[in-house]
Amino acid sequence: MTARSAIDKARARSAWIFVAPMLIVLALVAAWPLARTIWFSMTNATLVDLTTYDFIWFDNFIVHADGRWYGIFTDPQWLRALWNTLVFAAVSVSLELVLGVIVALIVNAALPGRGLMRAAMLVPWAIPTVVSAKIWQWMLNDQFGVVNAMLEGAGFIDGPVAWLGGSSLAMVSIIMVDVWKTTPFVALLVLAALQTLPKEIYEAAKVDGIHPVKVFFKVTLPLIKPALVVAVIFRLLDAMRMFDLVYVMTGSSEETMTLSVFARQALVSFQDVGYGSAASTGLFLIIALITVIYIMTLKPLGREKAA
Amino acid sequence: MKGKAALKTGGLIALWIVVALFLLFPFYYAVVSSFREGSAIFEASLWPANPTFANYEAVMTDQPFAKNILNSLIVAFSVVVLSLGLATFASYAFGRAKFKGRRLLLYTILGVSMFPQVAVLSGLFEIVRLFGLYNNLLSLVFSYMIFTLPFTVWVLTSFVRDLPVEIEEAAIMDGASSWTIVTKVFLPLLAPALVTTGLLAFIAAWNEFLFALSFTLTNEQRTVPVAIALISGASQYELPWGNIMAASVIVTVPLIVLVLFFQKKLVAGLTAGAVKG
Repeated sequence: MTARSAIDKARARSAWIFVAPMLIVLALVAAWPLARTIWFSMTNATLVDLTTYDFIWFDNFIVHADGRWYGIFTDPQWLRALWNTLVFAAVSVSLELVLGVIVALIVNAALPGRGLMRAAMLVPWAIPTVVSAKIWQWMLNDQFGVVNAMLEGAGFIDGPVAWLGGSSLAMVSIIMVDVWKTTPFVALLVLAALQTLPKEIYEAAKVDGIHPVKVFFKVTLPLIKPALVVAVIFRLLDAMRMFDLVYVMTGSSEETMTLSVFARQALVSFQDVGYGSAASTGLFLIIALITVIYIMTLKPLGREKAA
Repeated sequence: MKGKAALKTGGLIALWIVVALFLLFPFYYAVVSSFREGSAIFEASLWPANPTFANYEAVMTDQPFAKNILNSLIVAFSVVVLSLGLATFASYAFGRAKFKGRRLLLYTILGVSMFPQVAVLSGLFEIVRLFGLYNNLLSLVFSYMIFTLPFTVWVLTSFVRDLPVEIEEAAIMDGASSWTIVTKVFLPLLAPALVTTGLLAFIAAWNEFLFALSFTLTNEQRTVPVAIALISGASQYELPWGNIMAASVIVTVPLIVLVLFFQKKLVAGLTAGAVKG
């Protein structure tokens, strides 16, 4: 037996013992509760008493009774929450991606004070989400908010705008806050990718007199694409489960309610564990689908090293 | 030609200033608001005319905010210690050993990190009730493992892979046990990575809202984000904005200091988690 295979054997023996405690905790905190949520989604359990309930199959999802359809899939509020979530995810992630790349390109310039600029980029990320939600709620206050005061002072608006009142402006505001908070994070990821690019290509392009915009689309973008894909997936999954920003800024207003807010409202506020679990399971299935697609795209990107 | 370059630099600096203003203004405005009292807070001016600490005093006396901060510290520290402890051993196994199912396990763990938290809410409610942990900080320490464990395991595993194997193999040849290798050889080498991942876990636990909102009931057991979100006034339309801004500044300043101090390490950790993951 060679020394190397002896080492490998010793490692493999202890590997399971080392992994087991972490796996047990993860099973208790993730796998088991998820299984229970899926189980509860097929019951009429309530929060008051989680031990007595009837098994009602898929009635929480969709059922036809007394000439009417019931269940989350036919619930206008759930469908509205699904729509809100999709709009929020699609718009905020697209904006964050485009602005993130632009900010990264701007900050990547070799000027003095670049360190300070990077530090400034970490500030919105460092502020707890609930705190940013409160700060923006205050800034967007219709009567006393600084945003209205500034816009009015500059002559853009005539009277106070109810940013967070029950209109489609509320969703615009929430997307804006999310973009403010998360664009710097995307920009930092892009910046990290930009700094791994070889300088020679850019010098060659400069010598050849190629327009910088063309260089960006033909050289930079393809090279940072893997980093962008990862950033988009992470942001997309985060946006799909959005809870705190919406809950703090607009509560359970129908205009902005996301799937997570809907599920928690059914579960905790209305104490309807069955219906709430069905809504959670629905969200879980949507996110699981995106995750599976993501993991399948990992391999072609040459990420073999990661596993 | 020189003029053109200067113009370009000037334009870039102007862009930097615009971006920086946009990034920093909200927190600056929160600080300004926190120093204004009474009717002064309703003047949307950009600097405090008569700065006062009254809001800071009020937020500490109107509610158990000091207790809330203590709660958040207890929860976040426990979460960091527990998840780093579990993840260190797991990452050694994932990073070094070749065993069946390793790849599948790693991807399953990555999958868990993408869970919507609300998907485990009813299942966790049941466990929390079963163990009598409702309105108890332990319920938060336990439930936060769902988001700290996956990324600590992933980031630490990628660090373990980058460590040189020679020292460890020498130790094995000398007959050291796996336990000795992890605790005596790996832990010191991993120290910088532990600081980074620990800090990220701390921030995640400090900021968590959904579980903290759902598993605590009384003011005394709340963590900071829930306490701030639920600060209320005489009516829904009379929120004490001064208090809220003061509370926001209190909990954010240490975080910003921490983040800026560990800037380089944090960015490395974030990009390791995202770019490599």
